[in-house]
Amino acid sequence: MAGVISQRRVDQRRLITPEGIDLQVQLADIGARIGAYVIDQIIINVGLIAAFFIIIFGGISAGPEVAITVFILINFFVRNFYYMFFEMGPKAATPGKRMSKIRVASRTQARLTANAVFARNAMREIEINLPLSFLFMSGDAVDSWISLLGLLWSGIFLFFPLFNKDRLRAGDLIAGTWVVRAPKPILAKDLASEKADLDSAYVFTPEQVEAYGVHELHVLENVIRANEQQTVMDVAERIRNKIDWSKGMSEVDLDFLKAYYAALRGRLETRLLFGVRRKDKFDKT
Amino acid sequence: MVGQITLKSHRFRAEREQSWRELETILKAIEGRGMKSLSDDQIVALPRLYRSTLSSLSVARATSLDQGVIVYLESLSARAYYILYGSQVSLGKRISTFFLRDWPLAAKALWKETAISAALTLLAAVLAFILVKNNPDWFYTFMPDSMAEGRTPAASAETLRETLYHEGGSDGLGIFASFLFSHNSKVAMFAFALGFAFCIPTAILLLYNGFILGSFIAIFSEKSLGFEVGGWLIIHGATEIFAIILAGAAGMHIGKAVAFPGELTRTESASQAGGTASLLMAGVVIMLFFAGLLEGFGRQLVTNDLVRYGIGLGTLLIWLLYFYGPRRIEDEL
Repeated sequence: MAGVISQRRVDQRRLITPEGIDLQVQLADIGARIGAYVIDQIIINVGLIAAFFIIIFGGISAGPEVAITVFILINFFVRNFYYMFFEMGPKAATPGKRMSKIRVASRTQARLTANAVFARNAMREIEINLPLSFLFMSGDAVDSWISLLGLLWSGIFLFFPLFNKDRLRAGDLIAGTWVVRAPKPILAKDLASEKADLDSAYVFTPEQVEAYGVHELHVLENVIRANEQQTVMDVAERIRNKIDWSKGMSEVDLDFLKAYYAALRGRLETRLLFGVRRKDKFDKT
Repeated sequence: MVGQITLKSHRFRAEREQSWRELETILKAIEGRGMKSLSDDQIVALPRLYRSTLSSLSVARATSLDQGVIVYLESLSARAYYILYGSQVSLGKRISTFFLRDWPLAAKALWKETAISAALTLLAAVLAFILVKNNPDWFYTFMPDSMAEGRTPAASAETLRETLYHEGGSDGLGIFASFLFSHNSKVAMFAFALGFAFCIPTAILLLYNGFILGSFIAIFSEKSLGFEVGGWLIIHGATEIFAIILAGAAGMHIGKAVAFPGELTRTESASQAGGTASLLMAGVVIMLFFAGLLEGFGRQLVTNDLVRYGIGLGTLLIWLLYFYGPRRIEDEL
């Protein structure tokens, strides 16, 4: 659970709106980027193969040469403009990116322009297609040492996103863009709202709700939302020990946690209103 | 006793939740069916809801410890932000601005790089021309076999003349299509894309391209076909070689920004230069298309040398006027 929180922090970047609020965007992780790329490639290639058969069978009357020429033209347009077309749309994401819940965004406050989308996709040619062509180049056409050097050179571009903190492709670097997560937000139920009928059973003393800080509160929130039996049991046990709470006869672990969560949050939020944010249980403010 | 007080953050959420949901509905409509699907009321409500959600977010960050709400508000605000501050120019408007203003201005802004890249090409062409003239063996050093297609110093004047006026029987569309994958459009793409590595690969590519050009002209002039090959080249070359030079200029512009970022960080500097350079590059793609049409159809239909020169020099003049000619300074759009 703590891992989820710290990963959020690693991926978090500032995005200050003109209204002066930091939206804290989350960078897309490499796995999602690769997934999106693979999906897009599958869509492109399946589409092209389908187009190939349609043109070959439909255009045979016009002569095979014309049919193949038309196909070559379609191939060129689709390969080059697929990414640009979708990334210029309102979602700024190709179908693959949409499925991976990521999108392209401008790195600065400026809006994402059509030029930026063009630049980031023009670079795709050397980043991905060039290494591939070096890989498939036959041995005798080019000296194998030269093709190895070429492969190394293009490998630098291919692995570029792994070696900079914002996971930029070379194209992103030039275009001033980056790829961020774009999850559909789901408003989770407020855990504190469920405590009404539990109130009478769980009354904590001020000392008991002083035991933890904000960090532990968030971990507790995650535990309750995940609701895994073993974890809930362990955490409930640990909290009871820490605050000297004797377990009642018919006490359900989850209910105890929810009640304690509500009490702890109430206490910490009250202190927050007075300007004190207690980071974690070691924080003595 | 603490637990009995209703949490302030819970009340806060209950009061605002309605407006967050409303914003969510509007965003969903825009992302699905575009701005046009909104009713008048929704359009009026959108900025108000956006601001109130942003203010909810800052209040929540300051007073609420409910992670669910904060994460939700962050991603809702970000979604709204991307739509409100996203690209709102219509595609048609965008295209017309590009042709009227952005493209020529980008070319003009990069005139120094363009001059350097033209000089490199010219230098290499002259050098190769002299070398091949003196010793035809140099030709084989500069020209890859796949490109020469029999047009070597060993070929007879008749064969060479033949290649200038007949294109081996394929039709215009075929030449146009194969052009898209041809050597020159690849050189243009790479000259731009590799500029990033401190201009060096771009400069090498431009020199290489110049060598090919020079040695090519040299073998024709050896057989006293110099004037004819000029016409053959210039009809599309005026556009095509110009496009390659501009692509090189765009690449160098980025390379220069990476090498000498000045006050900015290298990343900032690169992306700033990338803006102008990619505009120019979009133009280069259009020029290459145009050159492909000229090569595929123009050169097929026009076999008179003087008319070829006329068309070639005419297009060159048009490009120069379009890019560098005086224009009214318009207000920022």
